[in-house]
Amino acid sequence: MVNDVLNKISLSVQTFRTHRLRSFLTALGIIIGVSTVIAILSLIEGLNRSVAEQIQSIGSDLVFLSKSPIVLAGPQNIEEIANRPDLTPDDALAISELPSVEIAIPDISQRLNKLKYRDKEIANVRIRGTTEKFSSVNNRFIESGRDFTKDDVTHRRSVCAIGSYVAKNLFPDESPVGKELNVRGHRIKIIGVHREKGAFLGQSMDNMLVIPYTFYEKIYPSRGESVFERAFFGYSIDIKPKKGQVERVTDEVRELMRRRHRLPFDKKDDFELGTQQMLMEIYQNITRVGFIAIVAIAAISLVVGGIGIMNIMLVSVAERTREIGIRKAVGASNQNILSQFLVESVFLALVGGVIGILLGLLLAWLISIVSPLKASVSFWMVLLGFGFSAAVGIFFGIYPARRAAGLNPIEALRYE
Amino acid sequence: MTKGRETICRALDIHKTYWRGKVAVQALRGVTLEIRTNDYVSIMGASGSGKSTLIHILSCLDTPTKGEYFLEDKLVSSYTDAELAGARNMFFGFVFQSFSLLPRLTAIDNVALPLVYAGVKKRDRNQRSAEILKKIGLGDRINHRPNEMSGGECQRVAIARALVNTPKVIFADEPTGNLDSKTGSEIMEIFDRIVEEGNTVVMVTHDSNVASHAKKIVSLKDGLIDGE
Ligand SMILES: Nc1ncnc2c1ncn2[C@@H]1O[C@H](COP(=O)(O)OP(=O)(O)O)[C@@H](O)[C@H]1O
Ligand SMILES: [Mg+2]
Repeated sequence: MVNDVLNKISLSVQTFRTHRLRSFLTALGIIIGVSTVIAILSLIEGLNRSVAEQIQSIGSDLVFLSKSPIVLAGPQNIEEIANRPDLTPDDALAISELPSVEIAIPDISQRLNKLKYRDKEIANVRIRGTTEKFSSVNNRFIESGRDFTKDDVTHRRSVCAIGSYVAKNLFPDESPVGKELNVRGHRIKIIGVHREKGAFLGQSMDNMLVIPYTFYEKIYPSRGESVFERAFFGYSIDIKPKKGQVERVTDEVRELMRRRHRLPFDKKDDFELGTQQMLMEIYQNITRVGFIAIVAIAAISLVVGGIGIMNIMLVSVAERTREIGIRKAVGASNQNILSQFLVESVFLALVGGVIGILLGLLLAWLISIVSPLKASVSFWMVLLGFGFSAAVGIFFGIYPARRAAGLNPIEALRYE
Repeated sequence: MTKGRETICRALDIHKTYWRGKVAVQALRGVTLEIRTNDYVSIMGASGSGKSTLIHILSCLDTPTKGEYFLEDKLVSSYTDAELAGARNMFFGFVFQSFSLLPRLTAIDNVALPLVYAGVKKRDRNQRSAEILKKIGLGDRINHRPNEMSGGECQRVAIARALVNTPKVIFADEPTGNLDSKTGSEIMEIFDRIVEEGNTVVMVTHDSNVASHAKKIVSLKDGLIDGE
């Protein structure tokens, strides 16, 4: 039995060798299909992983209170959002008094196009105004120096803790602690460096300056008066619930904020409450679209590849009609012929599958080198690529194989 | 006819009708024939008289439209496809006019082909095939491909292939038809020797010189036997 299969495989290898170019072209559909799927799957998997890691490193089920929705779903009235009352550090203070809340901090940020230190320069640094509790909410740790304190916040001290990206790029050869940065004409003293956090959805979480929000208000006395700026450039509040209290937190915060904004019961909320769960869901919706796209690509290219295989197998059956006749005349049964051609089409599909898998891995690797996306390859993807190409080989090989098996030996022998 | 020899094949009132569109071609119209161990039968007749059709049916390469055909008392029409393939594999060897070798296989692999389907292990296949090629005088052509051999050599490879699985009957359809007369008589000598060794041979020919080698001549005319 094993002997028999090996025999047929070696026959397939022979056929493949004799028609190298033709076989390769036939396998191309499968190669393209499988490689696309493998590449995209491993990129999505990489994304999933870094998101999961990120969420784990944030650590708890945070609740976010903000003026504007995290994602604008559909057409929303920006004017309406802009006219909502701003959230304030006082709101954060009031929220932190709630029974289900462990910590609540104000969080406001801007992007700096450039940040310089002597001859070094980095771009797109996020400057973030918050309180001394920022690190414990976000599971950040100070690697060198110290974090700023409550005292620094009350006294509006011009101090900052910097992310590891900033440290590495502006201070490659020296300790940043004690050095001074200049932001919009303000000198800020670096007092601590955060441990590296990695990237979130391709964005570095380490390209960041964390400063007391009191000092932030000094750097940015107003956030601008355009509709866009009013809608999106204010405070939001990061809330860390007590253990297992996420549900209660949302209810309590909603009630409190409606009271603070004096909203009558028939009016809608004029703020947005989001949980990490919701963030995850939004993210999952995005990747789901990716998955559906993959399934479509995979289906189409595998069908195209499969038709290619069927076509070439039919040609092969026609070309080898005499061979089939001879084999039958010396004792090959229909079953023998059927399995020979089936092994051949599966072999062809698997060669395509293997090349596709390798190409897909290479592609994913290249993408993760030239872009911030990370690829992550799992064994199941390789198995999937293998399984799919084998299935295509069987499905599209069965018809030509049956045609070969059903040939009458005499007519096959007479065929020229 | 020699008595006491075992009957291998028994064909009773065999008919074969081909259809060319709506026109029926009656290739065989009621042939009754017996083949016994160590027979050397020659089937003669004009072109189109149904000789090939007859031995195709006898060798289980084709099935009759009407009539009964028994292999060692078993009715062939009751055979499954796998049993028919088994009969072609173990009961019969077939030598075609056009050699019908696989062009990409070497002589030894061509000869071993029936053994592949008989499930013989590769080492035994090679040993048996090499032996028989040597016996037939092709010991130095074992690894040649058909296009590297002469017509006579090819036909000898085909005979070796027909013999390799020790069949009960060897059928040959005009085995000398594609060969010059000298090579043809060499091939006929091989058949004579095969029969001397106890084998059974049924050979189609329209050449009376060739037919004269046989111990029994069946002549066909328009799908009917008109003389034995
Ligand atoms: N597949 C076929 N379809 C139609 N007619 C056929 C077929 N095979 C043989 N015949 C016809 O059957 C008759 C007998 O053919 P055949 O057995 O090949 O004769 P022979 O071998 O004696 O020359 C001929 O008339 C031939 O044309
Ligand atoms: Mg003929």
